[in-house]
Amino acid sequence: MPRINSPEDLEKVRQEILAARDPGRPCISICAGTGCLASGAGEVIAAFKAEIEKQDLQAEVNTRETGCPGFCERGPVVVIYPEEICYLQVRPEDVPEIVSAVKEKKVVERLVYVDPATGEKAILEADIPFYKHQVRNLIGSNIRIDPKRIEDYLAIGGYSALARVLFRMSAGEVLSEVKKSNLRGRGGGGFPTGRKWEESRNAPDPIKYVIVNADEGDPGAFMDRALLEGNPHSTLEGLTIGAYAVGAREGYIYVRQEYPLAVENVIIAIKQAEERGLLGKDILGSGFDFTVKVHKGAGAFVCGESSALMTALEGRAGEPRPKYIHTAVKGVWDHPSVLNNVETWANVPLIINKGAGWFMQFGTERSKGTKIFSLVGKITNTGLVEVPMGIALRDVIYKIGGGIPGGKRFKAVQTGGPSGGCIPESLLDLEVGFDELSRAGSMMGSGGMIVMDEDTCMVDVARYFLNFLTDESCGKCVPCREGIRQMLKLLDNIVKGKGKEGDIELLEALSETAIDASLCALGKTAPNPFLSTLKYFREEYEAHIRQKRCPALSCKELIAYHIEPEKCRACMICAKQCPVNAIAGGKNLIHVIDQEKCTKCGTCFEVCPARFGAVRKLSGEPVPAPIPEDARAVSRKGKET
Amino acid sequence: MSEILLQIDGREVRAKAGMTVLEAAQRAGIAIPTLCHHEKLEPYGGCRLCTVEAEVRGWTKLVAACCYPVESDLVVRTRSEKVDRIRRMILELLMAHAPDAFALQDLAKEYGADRDRFEKEASFCIHCGLCVRYCAEVKKANAVGFIDRGTRREICFVPEIAAKECWQCKECFPLCPTEALQAAYVLTEALNLKNRPLSSK
Repeated sequence: MPRINSPEDLEKVRQEILAARDPGRPCISICAGTGCLASGAGEVIAAFKAEIEKQDLQAEVNTRETGCPGFCERGPVVVIYPEEICYLQVRPEDVPEIVSAVKEKKVVERLVYVDPATGEKAILEADIPFYKHQVRNLIGSNIRIDPKRIEDYLAIGGYSALARVLFRMSAGEVLSEVKKSNLRGRGGGGFPTGRKWEESRNAPDPIKYVIVNADEGDPGAFMDRALLEGNPHSTLEGLTIGAYAVGAREGYIYVRQEYPLAVENVIIAIKQAEERGLLGKDILGSGFDFTVKVHKGAGAFVCGESSALMTALEGRAGEPRPKYIHTAVKGVWDHPSVLNNVETWANVPLIINKGAGWFMQFGTERSKGTKIFSLVGKITNTGLVEVPMGIALRDVIYKIGGGIPGGKRFKAVQTGGPSGGCIPESLLDLEVGFDELSRAGSMMGSGGMIVMDEDTCMVDVARYFLNFLTDESCGKCVPCREGIRQMLKLLDNIVKGKGKEGDIELLEALSETAIDASLCALGKTAPNPFLSTLKYFREEYEAHIRQKRCPALSCKELIAYHIEPEKCRACMICAKQCPVNAIAGGKNLIHVIDQEKCTKCGTCFEVCPARFGAVRKLSGEPVPAPIPEDARAVSRKGKET
Repeated sequence: MSEILLQIDGREVRAKAGMTVLEAAQRAGIAIPTLCHHEKLEPYGGCRLCTVEAEVRGWTKLVAACCYPVESDLVVRTRSEKVDRIRRMILELLMAHAPDAFALQDLAKEYGADRDRFEKEASFCIHCGLCVRYCAEVKKANAVGFIDRGTRREICFVPEIAAKECWQCKECFPLCPTEALQAAYVLTEALNLKNRPLSSK
């Protein structure tokens, strides 16, 4: 691949790539992101290749394996260009029909989106409600490029921001543009990016580093993963611009080993950028040198914390260290180090190309731009969504997410990962922003959004996150290691019905110590899942402790399953499926659950036909005594005989 | 080194740039309790017992005195209701593991800590890391280290190194704030000397 030696050269290469393409020629884009691959995109891709060959269309139809467009719920996702027809849940057997339709410029109606509420079809990607209400500045490019081909990124104007920076802007101008944009870190803390850069730039030490934090570890979060897998060059371009602004000559990408596709794609991207002269020595002939190395993380959640990440980067056990002097001044090997997450870096080329003013048109007073969230849990449209800051939570959950499946009622949304908190229904109109979420007792975090319905026990949610954090605490400092260990014990007892008066107060006291005295942000925010659920759902804690009752009917130790004799039609379905044979009863005999044997797996509850609805969950009340054996015969009046 | 003027518990204290609040306080004869600090070792910030209130330009925050660098016009309060409450809780959490450690018992008396507030999980080790860090930083031997993380964290001797280095050193034993023999026990176990008399060379 020839080196690109000047901005003019870059533009020439871009024009050549575009000229070699026929804009009218159909292109079948198949998502090859992790979500779609998991639902079988690999086979779909192979089927498309085979089918195109079979129909001898290699010269007429292109295929492209792209990054994640976000609609993981309905993967594998296929988009046909130039019309942008979107097919969902495509299986290999659908492929011949799609290829024929592409050839004949038709639409395969049965594979397009159908709104479950209205029954209306949406043929074009942009018309699907899930996408329609998003502003996809960052993730929108994912479906337009093959992340393994730098030409695709160049074709959509890639590296033009870098060229602008290197030839038309001083480092100070770059910095002031980023400062002006009010971009805040997308990794969790929301620290102003420009200020962080400035601190590093002004540090006297001439050796500086820029680092990409791709150690995204929050349960249910995959924003950075999708960006790095789907568009690695945008992060690399942003990182290089940052290096120029702060005066760094070396950069690192700290990426989780558990993201094999992200690792693969970013390594390919670095190699291609180096070959093209967009990384390495004398970038674009500007005289600016910058090299990037990939460092694979070894599976510790705490390494997403800046000082722990830097300690790990140095080759030591990933434990946080005091940050009374910011890592921007004294970071990796004690040199000034700017650490931003993938999404933050990916915003930089857009800000440079389109200007801080453009960026600031999105968002609220103090939270600018768009933010990617991973919308998961009890939600109809699971996936990645990119929305302008300031959008109401309600719009994310209902307009984009399609609401709660199964006719269930919304209960809470957990944002910010294990350090975040739960936001109740009464705050659904809250605007999504760094400060707004913090004030509500949660946080933006890196953008996880876990939706919970009425069947979710909030005490158990707190217990789940504390369990996660106990496992992931590095163990260095006492308030975190010992404090959250004790918090978990208390919560474990409460969900088992062994809670005592005073437990809530003790949990609060442990929270205070963890918040005030922990070494790093993991410990300082660890009590949030407990504190926010206590704030909004205190009555659930009290019900567990005082009445040994789980209001959501979820905590196994506090519930019982009971078959209501007057509703049971003795159909045997539950009795046959009970894994421990705890259900007595035969044909025409009302079924009865042996409470001693029951493991509360819930199978009977799920399999009892809805028209009977005979199995009921009980909590905080005694299980009615089984009806006497001689009264168990079911009368089937009016049915036969 | 430039001199820095700060205030600790209402007293004017002079310190050198680069010093920690703990060092400045110790020089001025003001006591701040510690468990994981050692003058020969790099600041660690693990036990958090040295937590103090630091006021900078009207903002008060809680910081670990062993790590926080002195700065001019800093106002430090080594005792307050909040600081005492945090120290009490830290001691109570640690006494679940080492209820009979003298160092903890003395501090518990001062801060009114209840040694039985949390269920006992006697493990003796409070993970202060003094042995680990002393071996690494002072002796440069790295014969003992931490394994695993979080609540599963333990100290562990590396048999290959320990067999060569430890018997003539043992300098880490007296550093242990809970039970010096614990180190010896773990070491013995690591070397699997059960069947050999300890006195023989």
